[in-house]
Amino acid sequence: MEPIIEVEGLSYTYPDGKQALHEVGLRVMPGEKVALVGANGAGKSTLLLHLNGVLSGRGRIRIDGHEMGKSTLAQIRALVGVVFQNPDDQLFSPTVYEDVAFGPIYQGLDQSTVKERVLQALAAVHMADHADRNPYHLSSGEKKRIAIATVLSMQPKVLVFDEPTAGLDPRARRELIQLLGELPQTMLIATHDMGLVEQLTSRTVVLNQGRVTADGSSARILHDEALLLANGLR
Amino acid sequence: MSFLTQPMGRPLSPSPMHIPDGFLSVAVSIVLWVISVIVLGIALRKTSRELGEREVPLMGVLAAAIFAGQMLNFSVTGGTSGHLLGAALATILLGPWAAVLVMTSVVSVQALLFQDGGLLALGANIFNMAVVGVFVSHAVYTLVQRLANGRPWGVLVAGFAAAWCSIFVASLSCGLQLALSGTSPANIAIPAMGGVHALIGIGEGAITVGALGFLYAARRDLLPIGQAQPASNRSVLVGGGLITLVLAILSPLASAHPDGLEWVAEQHGFLERAQGALYNLIPDYVMPGIPNDQLATIAAGIIGAVIVFGVAYGIARAERLTAAQEAAER
Amino acid sequence: MDARVKILLALAFILSLSLTPPGAWPAYVLYLSVALSAALLSRLGIGFVLKRALLAVPFVLAALPLIFTGPPPIHSSLLFQSLRISFSPAGAERFASIAVKSWISVQVAILLAATTRFPDLLSALKQLRVPRQFVAIVGLMWRYLFVIGDEASRMIHARSSRSAAAAGNRRSGGSLWWRARVTGGMAGGLFLRSLERSERVYAAMLSRGYNGEPPALDPTPLSSGDRAALILGGVAVVTLLLLGLLTGR
Repeated sequence: MEPIIEVEGLSYTYPDGKQALHEVGLRVMPGEKVALVGANGAGKSTLLLHLNGVLSGRGRIRIDGHEMGKSTLAQIRALVGVVFQNPDDQLFSPTVYEDVAFGPIYQGLDQSTVKERVLQALAAVHMADHADRNPYHLSSGEKKRIAIATVLSMQPKVLVFDEPTAGLDPRARRELIQLLGELPQTMLIATHDMGLVEQLTSRTVVLNQGRVTADGSSARILHDEALLLANGLR
Repeated sequence: MSFLTQPMGRPLSPSPMHIPDGFLSVAVSIVLWVISVIVLGIALRKTSRELGEREVPLMGVLAAAIFAGQMLNFSVTGGTSGHLLGAALATILLGPWAAVLVMTSVVSVQALLFQDGGLLALGANIFNMAVVGVFVSHAVYTLVQRLANGRPWGVLVAGFAAAWCSIFVASLSCGLQLALSGTSPANIAIPAMGGVHALIGIGEGAITVGALGFLYAARRDLLPIGQAQPASNRSVLVGGGLITLVLAILSPLASAHPDGLEWVAEQHGFLERAQGALYNLIPDYVMPGIPNDQLATIAAGIIGAVIVFGVAYGIARAERLTAAQEAAER
Repeated sequence: MDARVKILLALAFILSLSLTPPGAWPAYVLYLSVALSAALLSRLGIGFVLKRALLAVPFVLAALPLIFTGPPPIHSSLLFQSLRISFSPAGAERFASIAVKSWISVQVAILLAATTRFPDLLSALKQLRVPRQFVAIVGLMWRYLFVIGDEASRMIHARSSRSAAAAGNRRSGGSLWWRARVTGGMAGGLFLRSLERSERVYAAMLSRGYNGEPPALDPTPLSSGDRAALILGGVAVVTLLLLGLLTGR
């Protein structure tokens, strides 16, 4: 089986000179749920932004066999759905329906297919009867779910999350983790939430100052106190 | 991730309405500076009275929002993208006087820090974007709203019209200024500016409609729908209407005369006569025996030598100072 | 150098350059050398200044017609026996003068901005009698510009992450009108969240004793070096202006 995400030797330096990633390498197999952990500033968000070409650094990235490059960006964005940390940044339409429909409309799909996709995506996140609401008035848990729906409607093969449980109250958090468990897609989840890592993921990658310092079974890494301490996770 | 350093078009690319220095005559620049300062003063007084202590935080943060909002783009074709100016949106949401403040802040910082528009020309740019843009938006929005009589589509149509007019009329103003300065013949500058911005105005209208639609769904209470206008805004209504009329009439007139308006020629003549008078104050020989143009050359040579010497001296001194500093640190 | 002096000198320089008539080439050369010298002295590097100054170049197109329509005399000639093309030497000179003057002015503006820290610029403006409320507003705008700008960046990232092409040969992108409206929605959201943020900022200011009056500044006197620079600069600018008037048309 071919990996669905392949990152080799990825390095990235911000325009202001700060080097955020040093030779990062990573492989995710189809169906895996992998956690990406690290202290703030370790480079998690930066890495995630490379996976759908929002940022481009030195090194190679392959998604589902497609080499990341200018000409393949549009294709890859349909394969990789990135859910950002702050749902407000992703919800910019007057109604939930329109937000979830953005992706398919942009792709040029016809009206009825768009509608189908939207309803499917909303159903998957258990928000089917909220289609006409204004996203602004939703609770933060509901917003996060709609944000996921906006990406699901493009039927991606991979879902990438940046801190999905940040800012959620205990119930919303529990419901979100449950939802993530239900979704069949391959997942890469950047998070501080060790409970989520334990519950959902089989593998964990540890980032420290832009470098991968550990990559192995979640169970093992989560119980390695020395490792956690050394990488700012405890 | 500083947005300033990201290759996203702004703030490093000047837009077609920010006039750099050197394009407007000093007379035009100064007149527009005076008008802009007066309007700014009025705006400051009115918003102070209305908002009290909330003025600074509200205006400051919203100005930042408009500035950042101008970064939001949508691709038009291949390489070009459309941006928001925001004068109409600011006017509709904040009222005209607050909008003048916000737009003036944005335009000023764009000129001061990003050289988006000149420093001497700043008065003109403020006039075009923060005064004309705002006043015209207010007049058009109020008028169309009133015509729509509270119907639900009224806000969106009024918003589109206000946005389009603000861009179009501001560009006419810009074109007239260029023509009056002799930088661009009126029959090219005005139609060109107007034509280009008639298109850009559609983009601005679309974005404004999108924003108003979003806000209508999220916070209807923020939108002024069919409300009576406070007395202070009446002057803006009148002002906006007047500006639109004047520019709408003046512009085709100006462009119809290939040699420029009668009075443009006169103004040029005036300037040349003034310059000539200045020149005449300087007699043909400032120094006996040396004609003025030779004198000019000598003077130029001396000034040039002084500059070179000054720079060399300055650099040498700076290097000595840093060397001394480094020695002291060791 | 004190920011006030820099602002005044920059404005004086640009003003006198603007007053210089077209065709005053010797004067332009000297203005340019003053600008380049200042760039050298500021340790910014001439390359940096010149590169950024090119940004003003596109606007030059506005003056291009002068070459053909400029002040008389206009020479008409026939191109290819059917295309009449006119050329005005005075117009061409005026065009070139505008281009050069604009280019030099931008360099000076760049120098001012790049060598002055923004807070110093603001306090200089306050001391130069710009209304305090306005300066306070600009200061607050500056403070939140980057925060809200980053928010806008994230929205743009989120949108481009959902901007994909479908398999097959369908045209992607949606209609132009739709794209513009979506951008509007983003702007609306940004505005709304900024409105709420301003309320929080207001509350924070109040809890620190803010009462609507920006704090008054103790006027700082100019150092003797600054005063000398101001006077010398003033003299230099006037001299350059006279030279320009003498050598221009």
